[in-house]
Amino acid sequence: MMSEMIRQDGRKFDELRPIKIEAGVLERADGSAYLEVGGNKILVAVYGPRESYIRRLLEPNTGVIRVRYNMAPFSVDDRKRPGPDRRSSEISKITADALRPALMLENYPRSMIDIYIEVIEAEGGTRCAGITAASVALVDAGVPMKDIVVGCAAGKVNDEVVLDLSEYEDKEGQADVPIAMMPRTGEITLLQSDGNLTEEEFAKAIDLAMEGCRQVSELQKEALMKKYATE
Amino acid sequence: MIYVENKDLVIPGQVLSDDEYYSGRGTFKENGKVCSSLMGLVSLRNKKIRVIPLKSKYVPKKGDVVIGKINDVRFSMWDVDINSPYSGILPAFEVFGREKKELNKVYDVGDVLFLRVVDVDEIKKAKLGLKGRGMGKFKGGIIVDIAPTKVPRLIGKKGSMINMIKDKTKCKIVVGQNGLVWVKGDEDMEQLTKDVIHLIEAEAHTSGLTNKIKNKLYLAIDGELPPEEVPEENEEEEEFVLEKPKLQNFKEELEQEEREAQEKEAEEIKKEKEDKPNIAEVIEEFKRKNKKDTTLSYGDNSNNSFILNNKQ
Repeated sequence: MMSEMIRQDGRKFDELRPIKIEAGVLERADGSAYLEVGGNKILVAVYGPRESYIRRLLEPNTGVIRVRYNMAPFSVDDRKRPGPDRRSSEISKITADALRPALMLENYPRSMIDIYIEVIEAEGGTRCAGITAASVALVDAGVPMKDIVVGCAAGKVNDEVVLDLSEYEDKEGQADVPIAMMPRTGEITLLQSDGNLTEEEFAKAIDLAMEGCRQVSELQKEALMKKYATE
Repeated sequence: MIYVENKDLVIPGQVLSDDEYYSGRGTFKENGKVCSSLMGLVSLRNKKIRVIPLKSKYVPKKGDVVIGKINDVRFSMWDVDINSPYSGILPAFEVFGREKKELNKVYDVGDVLFLRVVDVDEIKKAKLGLKGRGMGKFKGGIIVDIAPTKVPRLIGKKGSMINMIKDKTKCKIVVGQNGLVWVKGDEDMEQLTKDVIHLIEAEAHTSGLTNKIKNKLYLAIDGELPPEEVPEENEEEEEFVLEKPKLQNFKEELEQEEREAQEKEAEEIKKEKEDKPNIAEVIEEFKRKNKKDTTLSYGDNSNNSFILNNKQ
């Protein structure tokens, strides 16, 4: 059966790559997090809520967030040209949109939160990893929020629906469905789909990704608790 | 049905209880359940659940005393950075009254002041003032930065923690509610005080902290542990919760003192009135004298949590 199928890196169809999360790694940032998923290495810094120097972005009745997703030139096999491009602008936007529903910024009008996501090494699924790390960093910064947003992807490789695509599977596979959700209520805050899926496959991919999100969410909580439990 | 205990560490989105509890600060209600919105410690009182955050930014509140740094000098006010998402303004009127003076000759960019939040408007702009004794510019010393939520812990029950540090290091210490602490003393002692304050900040959520700090201070200064005392278990227990009422008491004390001082002054003025016929002159002189006196000294107020006696 397909559940016995072994993937290119030896995982089962519903198995995540090994994950390591650490909260509060930077001294000068208000909140920070470091995350490793498989071959991904991501560092997130959160500054704020702080007084904004960009007047036109401010809202008189609530706080605003800004996200910058950036890949280091050495993060991929071929050197990436540094600076923002179409892809990173898109991911910056969808990350902000995925995090915003969870944040409670009514008590911080006219303020701004800056989130910097730096991809140090990339190996597929950086947008979901970025969202996961960013919400840990937001909790570390003490920003009030309804839930800790978590991201995870599912996709279709060799006509099978599988969880958490690696770089190889992402390139060779037929579809990629990254989602982000709030695990307590099950609300989905990000849903993208790239490739061809039948209706059943799509529903299955979402279920699989949501289950993956719940698993990652437990690791997020563990990482946050660990930071203060040892002291 | 409640899912947590007092002083439990919780994270955002964690369900704390069902409907029969009230949602306090740091929590929100959704579908009849009280959930935490912050990472922090649970505080249960009278069926009300609050979460006291481990980290948070200072949001100005009317009546708070804060430490601020002058950022900009404008035509009729100073811009003050009060370690918050919102900057404060110190109007010239609050300092000079009706008098006209050049602002940058009194306080210039980079000066550090001890201020009171006079008013906060709807868009959270904080209006600051210098009314109250001890308010004014700091000369020398260092500034230590801690999380505003840990300020009550640094002060301790009735100022126990801060007074102990003051006694031991012989430093002058002023704590602002925005999380800035001003320390002045010997260079070594300043450094030690800074380390101790950071230690308190890092371990604010653990119990038995006062004794731990005490031991550390005695070891660092005398090279030996403090004499044994009868342990006061109860006090330690209560002290654990990070709360604010101590500051409230302190404020009342301060106001009381202020009132007394003013009465005294009025009496003195009356007396001098009898001696000298030129009243206006006398009052002028008093005002001037007063201004000098109030820059930083608090008289002998040993119970004072914010300011150490400056007249040593």
